[in-house]
Amino acid sequence: MKNLTTRLLMISIVTVTFFSACKPKNLNNAVSGDAAAKAYVAPGKYDEYYNFLSGGFSGQMSVYGLPSGRLLRVIPVFSVDPEKGYGYSEETKPMLNTSHGMVPWDDLHHPELSQTNGEVDGRWIFGNANNTPRVARIDLKTFRTAEIIELPNSAGNHSSPFITENTEYVVAGTRFSVPGDNENGDVPINTYKKNFKGYISFISVGKEDGKMDIAFQLKCPGVNFDLSHAGKAKSHGWFFFSCYNTEQANTLLEVNASQRDKDFIMAVNWKKAEEYLKAGKGKKEIVKYAHNYYNEKSHTAISEMRHEVTILDTKELKDICYFIPCPKSPHGCDVDPTGEYIVGSGKLAALIPVFSFDKIQKAIADKAFEGEFDGIPVIKYDAALYGEVKKPGLGPLHTEFDGKGNAYTSFFVSSEVVKWNIKDLKVLDRVPTYYSVGHLCIPGGDSRKPSPKYMIAYNKITKDRYLPTGPELAQSAQLFDISGDKMQLILDFPTIGEPHYAQAIPAELIKNNSVKFFKIEENTNPYVSQGEGNTKVVRTGKKIDVYMTAIRSHFSPDNIEGVKLGDEVYFHVTNLEQDWDVPHGFAVKGAVNSELLIMPGETQTLKWVPDRVGMFPMYCTDFCSALHQEMQGYIRVSPAGSNVPLTFSTGTNLPKEEAAAKK
Amino acid sequence: MKKILILFSIGISILFTSCNSGNTETNSASAPSVEASTAGGQESVNDDESQKDVVKVAIGSKDHTTLVAALKQAELVTALSNAGPFTVFAPTNDAFNKVDKATLESLMKNENKEALQNILQYHVTLSSIKAENLHDGQVLGMVNGDNVIVTIKDGKIVLNNSATIIASVPASNGIIHVIDGVLLPPNK
Repeated sequence: MKNLTTRLLMISIVTVTFFSACKPKNLNNAVSGDAAAKAYVAPGKYDEYYNFLSGGFSGQMSVYGLPSGRLLRVIPVFSVDPEKGYGYSEETKPMLNTSHGMVPWDDLHHPELSQTNGEVDGRWIFGNANNTPRVARIDLKTFRTAEIIELPNSAGNHSSPFITENTEYVVAGTRFSVPGDNENGDVPINTYKKNFKGYISFISVGKEDGKMDIAFQLKCPGVNFDLSHAGKAKSHGWFFFSCYNTEQANTLLEVNASQRDKDFIMAVNWKKAEEYLKAGKGKKEIVKYAHNYYNEKSHTAISEMRHEVTILDTKELKDICYFIPCPKSPHGCDVDPTGEYIVGSGKLAALIPVFSFDKIQKAIADKAFEGEFDGIPVIKYDAALYGEVKKPGLGPLHTEFDGKGNAYTSFFVSSEVVKWNIKDLKVLDRVPTYYSVGHLCIPGGDSRKPSPKYMIAYNKITKDRYLPTGPELAQSAQLFDISGDKMQLILDFPTIGEPHYAQAIPAELIKNNSVKFFKIEENTNPYVSQGEGNTKVVRTGKKIDVYMTAIRSHFSPDNIEGVKLGDEVYFHVTNLEQDWDVPHGFAVKGAVNSELLIMPGETQTLKWVPDRVGMFPMYCTDFCSALHQEMQGYIRVSPAGSNVPLTFSTGTNLPKEEAAAKK
Repeated sequence: MKKILILFSIGISILFTSCNSGNTETNSASAPSVEASTAGGQESVNDDESQKDVVKVAIGSKDHTTLVAALKQAELVTALSNAGPFTVFAPTNDAFNKVDKATLESLMKNENKEALQNILQYHVTLSSIKAENLHDGQVLGMVNGDNVIVTIKDGKIVLNNSATIIASVPASNGIIHVIDGVLLPPNK
């Protein structure tokens, strides 16, 4: 035995030596002996943080526990989810409605937690849809998408959904500049400079109910807006956006948008914009966009089309926008917890510029401008600059903060995270990531009050990190302990879709508010059955409404006859349970949409159009009880002209001889 | 009797609390604890919002203190707190009083736990059967493996010709039918 141990030890030493040669140099930082203990959360114990990850091209948001990396939930947001019936049930279909009609997929890049006084408050989390521009609000009492608003005049909603420090606004800057929605878009693409504009939406958020509304849009020069962050504390009232393609190229951006030495950070004085709005300087434009809202009492989404938006033209209305030169296609645009320092990360730059809010204010007062870009003043680089982090790494992307005076910046090209001090701009530590890191997350790391115990790096490429699964591999999150001077890798875990950006929050701020079930007596769904006694099947012409209930362990009704070919059947299933964690599912053979997954106290509706005569089983899909497999029923479908009467029952539709015996 | 039960339940809750203390707390120590949580079953889930399960309903009834004590002695609390669905025939304290006192006391002894379990499991069937779904001549397969025969007499539901359902109480994981007699499994 001892021999074996020795041999194994030797083998591992050899292995380590062998791999050291191939892996990045500071492997000694990468994993150390106490890593497992630091990330270990015993069975039955809770994690310390919730970590909300965007699903990128999955369109969803996933929730993990930290430090364990356990997947807690996937919240459907912008993509249909047949597992939950999201986007398939009649109640949730309207959530995905847009001015283009029902859009079943999108690309969610940035989760952003609501804040009060610049601190994460655990009420809501917002997410952006890149492709068909929208912003969603997720309620953290239910972990469900509560609202989605579409953005007119936008295309590629990437610079979104970043918020002001009391969640007054969620902003959404367009990636693609385009001709405005009510202008003629049928123009040559190479007239970009003349016809294309960049719009930034300021979405107001209801203080109590969180309801979103587009307060105004800023019409800005045609460039690509990439990322943004609100000012905080002293810089509250300002917003900062990174802009690239200030070359205004319309083709081969890979080359043509990298021509200039410097692009811009755009500083926006949104308090000034509010003044203009109040003074009636906004121009109302006719556009078309959807606003979808999920009513938690009726368990039903309503989609309404809106037709007007107020535009503030920043070329005409002075003192809203200023450009600050920023090297080489800035991507990340991050504001430190004090609100004084704005970090711009040019993804092709060899340095990280740090701008000073105070200096920007002085430069504006002194009119220290080097000129104008499309009618917007451009502040002199040196007049806004606090200093530069020299040679920090290759391809800086995103910066998060620990609230202790340090910044953590990800480097995509050199695949590493670099910790540096904001005051003296000195690099303090660097660690490799496996591989090709995008965003970073420190809990509260873009707020006034970070909780700097962990830092998570979200990687795009995993190659040999996990057991291979064919050509498509999971992307990953890598958890670092940052409580000491040096960053220490303690865990990595695979994620869903692309973990583009993520935010984390102490569990205390959310867990006690979590809803356990919906109160059945508060259910106002028009098709609710408040108890089995209220179940029924109603025919209205060719439409059949089945008012149905589910409870351990049967449906009521579970025998339905008299449905005819050509009918449209709506199963309105109410889960009568009033018990935590007892959903019921509902599936019927031949349904071309999905199952239903119905939470206790909730009503959900599945539309079903039988395509043939015969016997159609239905059953509960969520293992609910010892008699789950008994939770089933039949629907008999007869020919169109049949005179089989419409009947329904539970437990009483017995063979004649048995029925007689019982009497 | 009541006092003893109260003491007993305090004991139980202390027991559960101590077992479960980690369950509702986050892992905030700098080095996470390596101990696994040793919580009991679903009976120790911290939830005062959900509808009560069959055990909690029984615990809340002053007429079922003997039954509850017996369920605890027979270690059936965890099973009956799970998803079910259960139909529980719950003899009242008066029903238990009809049983010979010495027999009852003997059943509560540790060495007779199996016999007690057999009797109590004879009062539970899987599936949630409402009173209106019980009919004359129905045979119910009970959890202990024996059968109970249902008869309807003068509109009343009688089990094994010895216990009558006098009330029915829905619970989250099934239904409780309160009965006025204790059901005794057939001798083998």
